[in-house]
This record gives sequence, structure tokens and C-alpha cells, in this order.
Amino acid sequence: MALTKADFAEKLFDELGLNKREAKEMVELFFEEIKSSLEQGQQVKISGFGKFELRDKSSRPGRNPKTGEEIPITARRVVTFRSGQKLKARVEVYAEAEQ
Amino acid sequence: MTKSELIEALAKQQPHLALKDVELAVKCIIEKMNEALSTGERIEIRGFGSFSLHMRPPRVGRNPKTGESVTLSKKYVPHFKPGKELRDRVDASREKCNIVD
Repeated sequence: MALTKADFAEKLFDELGLNKREAKEMVELFFEEIKSSLEQGQQVKISGFGKFELRDKSSRPGRNPKTGEEIPITARRVVTFRSGQKLKARVEVYAEAEQ
Repeated sequence: MTKSELIEALAKQQPHLALKDVELAVKCIIEKMNEALSTGERIEIRGFGSFSLHMRPPRVGRNPKTGESVTLSKKYVPHFKPGKELRDRVDASREKCNIVD
């Protein structure tokens, strides 16, 4: 089962004593603020977690993998995520435990 | 935007909360995300995106100093897939503003 906004709100309710409405609003605003920053062209760096970066891609030729037909991929701006050292290290511990 | 700027922006939108509480809440959310990923649990935030782990298969690498080959065991790396709303909003902003740090 994947973690959702409701799980984050519950944690804020349990651990910080925000009421349910405040907890839900905080979680909504947290993700909305990151989205709106990225929408303004501003990258977001969250120390202890990672960095949301923006990249402008120029158009390039593509192909429909099913039909083989050639279709151009238009220029676009994309979001990428680079995890920080701390998160990377913690995830690697999981890989070791799992083996 | 940094974590502290994010905290400030969130505090402005929730004037009924003390800055300290907003800071604790942000740290709590981040810690929960780290915790989930480091136990192999997926995170799915509608409109924002999903975080999961991607497996990197074991491979034979080389010590760049000595040239000696070393076997590297499989490992996991965090992966983020932006959701449709985030993808669309970011792409739509391409012609309106430049990318800044």
C-alpha cells in the first residue's frame, strides 16, 4: 500500500497535535507550494531529502513504438528529482537488509 | 527555493499557526517520506507525483585507481515520477519564465 496525503496528515495529527483540518491543509499546501514554485521556473531544494530540478528539452524526432511511425516530440519543460546523499544512503541500507 | 523559504511561504498562508509549528510540520512530512522510501514503501501524491525505488542490478565495476574489477551488488535508488498536473503546469510555464535556482 502506497503512502498518500491522508497518511501524512495523520502523522501531523498524531505527532504535532494539529487538528485534522489543519493537518490536511498543511499537507495540501506543502505539495502545492512546491508545484507553484516549479511552475514559476524556480527549482526546489529540500535539504535532507532532495532537489526538484527543471530542464528545458528541445524538440527531437521520436517514433511510435507500436507502429514505427515517425512523430516529432515537441520542445518541453520537465521536472526531475535528484535525491540527496542522506536519502540515497538510507535507501541503500534497505537494499542490504533485503538481500 | 530552499526548505527554509518553503517553511516561510507556508507560514504566511497559515497565519493561525506559529512559525515553529510550520517548521516542525515540514520536517515531519520530509521525515515520513524518507522513512517510507528507506523501507521500500511507495509514496503517491495525486497531482504531484509518485516516489518509488528503482532496482539497479548487480554489476562488475572497476576501481578507477587500480583498474581492479570489483563486484557491486544490486542496489536501490529513489525515483520520482511527476504527476500529470505537475507535468502540465511546468510545461505550460516554459514560455513565461526562465529556470532559476
